[in-house]
Amino acid sequence: MNKTFWIILFVLGLLAPFAVYPVLMMELLCFALFACAFNLLLGYSGLLSFGHAAFFGSAAYITGFVMTQWNFGPFSGIVAGTLFAGALGLVFGLLAIRRQGIYFAMITLALEQIVFFLSLKLPFTGGEDGLQGIPRGMLFGFIDLNQPLNMYYTVFAIFVACFWLIHRTVHSPFGQVLRAIRENEPRAISLGYNVERIKLLAFVLSATLAGTAGATKSIVFQTASLTDVSWHTSGSVILMTLLGGMGTLLGPIVGAFTVVGLEHELSGIGSWVTVIIGMIFIVCVLAFRRGIVGEIGRLWKRSF
Amino acid sequence: MTDCILETRNLTKEFSGFTAVNGVDLKVQRGHIHALIGPNGAGKTTFFNLLTKFLTPTDGSILFKGRDITRMRPADIAHLGVIRSFQISAVFPNMTVLENVRLALQRKLGVAYQFWRSDSMLHRLNDQAMALLEDVGLGKFADNITEELAYGRKRALEIATTLALDPELMLLDEPTQGMGAEDVGMTTELIRRVSADRTILMVEHNLGVVSTLADCITVLQRGAILAEGPYETVSKNPEVIEAYMGASDVEHA
Repeated sequence: MNKTFWIILFVLGLLAPFAVYPVLMMELLCFALFACAFNLLLGYSGLLSFGHAAFFGSAAYITGFVMTQWNFGPFSGIVAGTLFAGALGLVFGLLAIRRQGIYFAMITLALEQIVFFLSLKLPFTGGEDGLQGIPRGMLFGFIDLNQPLNMYYTVFAIFVACFWLIHRTVHSPFGQVLRAIRENEPRAISLGYNVERIKLLAFVLSATLAGTAGATKSIVFQTASLTDVSWHTSGSVILMTLLGGMGTLLGPIVGAFTVVGLEHELSGIGSWVTVIIGMIFIVCVLAFRRGIVGEIGRLWKRSF
Repeated sequence: MTDCILETRNLTKEFSGFTAVNGVDLKVQRGHIHALIGPNGAGKTTFFNLLTKFLTPTDGSILFKGRDITRMRPADIAHLGVIRSFQISAVFPNMTVLENVRLALQRKLGVAYQFWRSDSMLHRLNDQAMALLEDVGLGKFADNITEELAYGRKRALEIATTLALDPELMLLDEPTQGMGAEDVGMTTELIRRVSADRTILMVEHNLGVVSTLADCITVLQRGAILAEGPYETVSKNPEVIEAYMGASDVEHA
């Protein structure tokens, strides 16, 4: 991928709110960031977590809580949500990282169910209703986020910064070791790399960024709900990543846009959306396993 | 100073009722190429995995330079200078040949956790990596994707990667397994060349390779040592000849 391509995408992102309904665009970006964070773990570390909604959702709750109860501003609110998700990621990671494959997935799922239960029962989470009416507030004290465009560009800036961080992580000395572990774990161990700690760091990074996505979303929609921490959301982020193409930087963005876009466009037909997305997923797994971006990338390489 | 670099005392491994390695006392002399041979199922690979900590022994101890390493983790013994190879070719298939070697060199920079830095900082290792590749005759393949290399060249790359860590003790698991005659010759020559200033312990099936390379041979059978000594002595040992059905050593030697 060359620079021009990224610049075009960046400019499109800047112009988007004039062509697309800004709230939809913000939702797309939040889920795209969530999927990118998830992909850092699945695509670049080879770990399938089934509990990523725990980070996304708990960050949303924490941000909502500190902003409504403690009068935090949006910036410190998002930072609080993000840090909480990172800390939670450390706890999950320490418990799950020694297990592999299906066991790893099951442990993360179980821990996520605990977070879901706590979100339902704890006194400050609003139970079934979740947190409502989270104020958008004034960013840095002078940018009014109740203005849709201000809100949009804030979300866009967060997205770009996090995406850059993921890009950098993939192309860092750490990223090289991650890649080596994915390709041949015993060999990476025999070269003296502490594989568990490397994986743990990847897990915490992924959880932290998933938290940023959830925290941002809670400010955009001014709510934190049980849906955000439910295992459906964990499943949906897996779907987005696989559909777009795991292990590619652009894939999760394309996947998130496809899934969220379809849900939005087809909302008129009600629950049939789930069936259609399910069908698309089946076709994807059967016919083009690398996902949309993965397949395009392969065709591109072949034709040159 | 002891000149015994690696020692096992009564090393034993049991798998639910089956004793794969049974009280092995082995001493590897510093600077030697020490070969471990034995018929299929003699426990060579299990023994090897015990030494490299990929398996935990049921009983006994392992000493490296007089220090007990029995309870250490695999990555830790790599830091002490004990580096292993694998039976199946252990490379990073989708990385370039250069990146494979560089990954080993990278560990000493201590930047494995630095996710915020660009990997272009690793380019400073390129010259060193190239030198290692030239050493094993892979210089002109540096930018190839590793998967595309012929089998023998992958094994050579594996040795280059191991050498990048400048190990005191190299543990090679069947370095010539699955190779054609030409590659076997090349690899034998390579091992001889890199054995200067190092100690090598290898598991090897090919008695031709063992006879030309090894200073000392240990023959394992049913998890225990059957015979030990230089090739001339061991190959004349009637028990060893019997264990090998008197066939393979005549054929290969």
